[in-house]
Amino acid sequence: METAILSRENFGALFESLNKLGYSIVGPTIKDGAIIYDRLQEVSDLPIGWTDEQTAGKYRLERRTDEALFGYNVGPHSWKKYLFPPRRRLWKANRDGKTLKIETESLPEEKLAFLGVRACEIQAILVQDKVFQGGTHKDPYYQTQRARLIVIAANCTEAGGTCFCVSMKTGPRCTKGFDLVITEILEASRHEFVLEAGTPTGQELLAHLPVRAATPQEEQRVDEGVANAARQMGRHLDTSGIKELLQRNYEHPRWREVAQRCLTCANCTIVCPTCFCSTVEDTSDLTGDHAERWRNWDSCFTMDFSHVHGGSVRSSPLSRYRQWMTHKLASWHDQFDTSGCVGCGRCITWCPVGIDITEETNAIRKSES
Amino acid sequence: MKSRKPKLAVWKFASCDGCQLTILDCEDEFLKLASEIEIAYFPEATKKVVKGPYDLSLVEGSITTPHDAKRIQEVRNASKYLVTIGACATSGGIQALRNFQNVAQFASIVYARPDYIQTLEKSTPISANVKVDFELQGCPISKHQILEVISAFLNHRKPQIPAHSVCMECKAKGVVCVMVAKGIPCLGPITHAGCGALCPAYNRGCYGCYGPKETPNIPSLMRWWEGELGVKRQDSVRVLRTFNSAAKPFEEASTQMEKEGA
Ligand code: SF4
Ligand code: SF4
Ligand code: SF4
Ligand code: SF4
Repeated sequence: METAILSRENFGALFESLNKLGYSIVGPTIKDGAIIYDRLQEVSDLPIGWTDEQTAGKYRLERRTDEALFGYNVGPHSWKKYLFPPRRRLWKANRDGKTLKIETESLPEEKLAFLGVRACEIQAILVQDKVFQGGTHKDPYYQTQRARLIVIAANCTEAGGTCFCVSMKTGPRCTKGFDLVITEILEASRHEFVLEAGTPTGQELLAHLPVRAATPQEEQRVDEGVANAARQMGRHLDTSGIKELLQRNYEHPRWREVAQRCLTCANCTIVCPTCFCSTVEDTSDLTGDHAERWRNWDSCFTMDFSHVHGGSVRSSPLSRYRQWMTHKLASWHDQFDTSGCVGCGRCITWCPVGIDITEETNAIRKSES
Repeated sequence: MKSRKPKLAVWKFASCDGCQLTILDCEDEFLKLASEIEIAYFPEATKKVVKGPYDLSLVEGSITTPHDAKRIQEVRNASKYLVTIGACATSGGIQALRNFQNVAQFASIVYARPDYIQTLEKSTPISANVKVDFELQGCPISKHQILEVISAFLNHRKPQIPAHSVCMECKAKGVVCVMVAKGIPCLGPITHAGCGALCPAYNRGCYGCYGPKETPNIPSLMRWWEGELGVKRQDSVRVLRTFNSAAKPFEEASTQMEKEGA
C-alpha cells in the first residue's frame, strides 16, 4: 500500500478534489454542544481544536491545547442516517375516481464522501451491509447510496471514555472498508496527515492531492498513534464465549436490576450504528384519496415493536433490555455471523441514566466465576 | 359512492380552549375537514347546532363540577365514538393540582363568596367518568396528530400515534441530547412522543406536556436527576406536577417521592 504525506496547509485540497470528483462531503462538525455529522463545505467546518469527554450518561465538549482536526472520538450521530434515513416515504398513492395511481419514491443520486470515519464505524457499516444488502431482500435505497459513497477514514490516535473497539477487535486501526485513511500527526513543529489508499478510488483521489511519499519513520508514527489509542480504551469487554454466556443466562437476576434502571427510552438503539430496525406506517389524508407509506426508525424498546394480536410480546422492560443486549452480543452471531456491537460506546454515553453494556455483561460473567 | 357525511361534535369541559384552537389552527386542512365531515356542534367555530347523535365527539377539558359530571354522560350517550383531546381531558389537566390539596381552602382564598362555588374535590379525566374510545395526549395537542386521528376515524383505520418516548423523536431529528451533553434535566425519556421534541430542539429540557409514555420508569429518571444533575427533591416533585399531574404514573411517582422526602 502506498503511503503519502499531506500537509495541514494543503488539507483543503482534499475538499476541493472530492468536490471536483462530484462528491458532497459529510463529516464531523460542532452543533448544539456536540460533534455531529453534517454537510461540510470547508476545512474550518471540522471541529478544529476540540475534543470530547465521555462517560456513562455524560458527554462534554472540551477545548484541546492544539489545533487537531480529528482530535475527538464518536458523537451522538452515526453514518447510518445517510444510508438508512430516520424517516423515508416508500410510496404514495392517489385515487382518482376508480383508478389508483401509485408513485414510488426516487432513489438517491447524490455522491457522498464520508470524511473522518473511525475504525469501529467502518465495521458498523460492514455489519449493516450484511443486513441491508447481504441477504435475498436488498434495500434499494441503502444499496444505491452505498454504491455512491467514498469512505475517507481516520485512524484514532486517542480513545474516548466509553470506547472498547479493542475488545471487539474492530479498531482503533482501520484495516478494511475504506477508500482512503488518514492519520493525523501533530507535534509542536509539524502538523501533517499520513494517507493510505485502500481501493482504486482512493488511489485516484490520492493522485489528485499535493502529497509526497511518506518516510518509514512517518509510517511508524501511524503504528504509534493507534497503539496509543489502544492503550486508552475507556471500557473493556471480555468477549470469549459471549454468545453462550448470555444465552445460558436468560433468567439471570442481573436483568431485574438493570430493568429497575432502564427507561425503555430507546436512545441506545437509535444511537447504535448497527441497529437497523424500522417500522412501516400507513397514513391517509382526510379525503381518503391520498395515502402514503413511510418507513421510520423503530426500536425493540417500544411496545409496538413486538405487538402481535392481543398485545406486546415483550411487555416488561426486563424483556426489552434483554432483547437489545442479547441481540447485539449474542443472537447477532446466529443471524449475521458477526457481533452486532462494534465497541463504539455510543449506547453507554447517550443512555440518559448511564446504563453500560460492558458493565452489564461483565457482571453476568463475574457471577459465574 | 359516498354515504352521508359523518357528524362531528367538539365539546368543552374544564380547559383553556387551547386544544380547540389547535383544531381551528389547521387552516387549509380545516376547510378540507369541513368538506369531509359535518361540523354539527363546535361552538368555538360556528353558531350552527345540529342535533345528535354524533359519529365522532372530540372532548376537551376535565370534569370539575357536578354539572359537568352529568353533562359528560349526555355527551357519551349522544356519541358513537368519543375521543378525548389534550392533557385536561386525558389526565385532569393543570387544574388537577387541586387533587393534592384541599379545594375548599383554595375556594375560600380565591372567591369572595365561596358558598356560591359548586366544585368537585378532584379534577378527573374523561375516562374516569365515561368510556373513552381513544385518548390523544398533549398540552396542547399537535395539529398533525389531531388530523391523523380524524383521518383515521374517517377511513376506518387505526391512528398512527406512537406511545413511545420523546427521545425517539429527538434522536430521529438529530437533536443533541440536552441532558447528556449539557446536564439539563429532561423529561423526554418518560414522556409520550408527539411534539417532535420541540423543547430539546430549542435547547431546553422536555417539560412532559404530552404526559406519560407507555411503561414510563419515573423513579429511575428522578434518581438520575437528583444523583447526577443535582436536582432537589422538591423540584423533581414539582416538575411532575404540571399539566399532567394526575396522570397515574406521574401522580404515583410524585406522591411516593414526596413521602420519601429529601
Ligand atoms: S451496542 Fe453500543 S457500543 Fe456496541 S456498537 Fe452499538 S452503540 Fe456502539
Ligand atoms: S437491538 Fe433492538 S433495535 Fe437494535 S437491531 Fe436488535 S432488535 Fe433492532
Ligand atoms: S439502556 Fe438506557 S438508553 Fe437504552 S432504553 Fe434503557 S435507559 Fe434508554
Ligand atoms: S434531550 Fe431529552 S428528549 Fe432528547 S434524547 Fe435527551 S432526554 Fe431524550
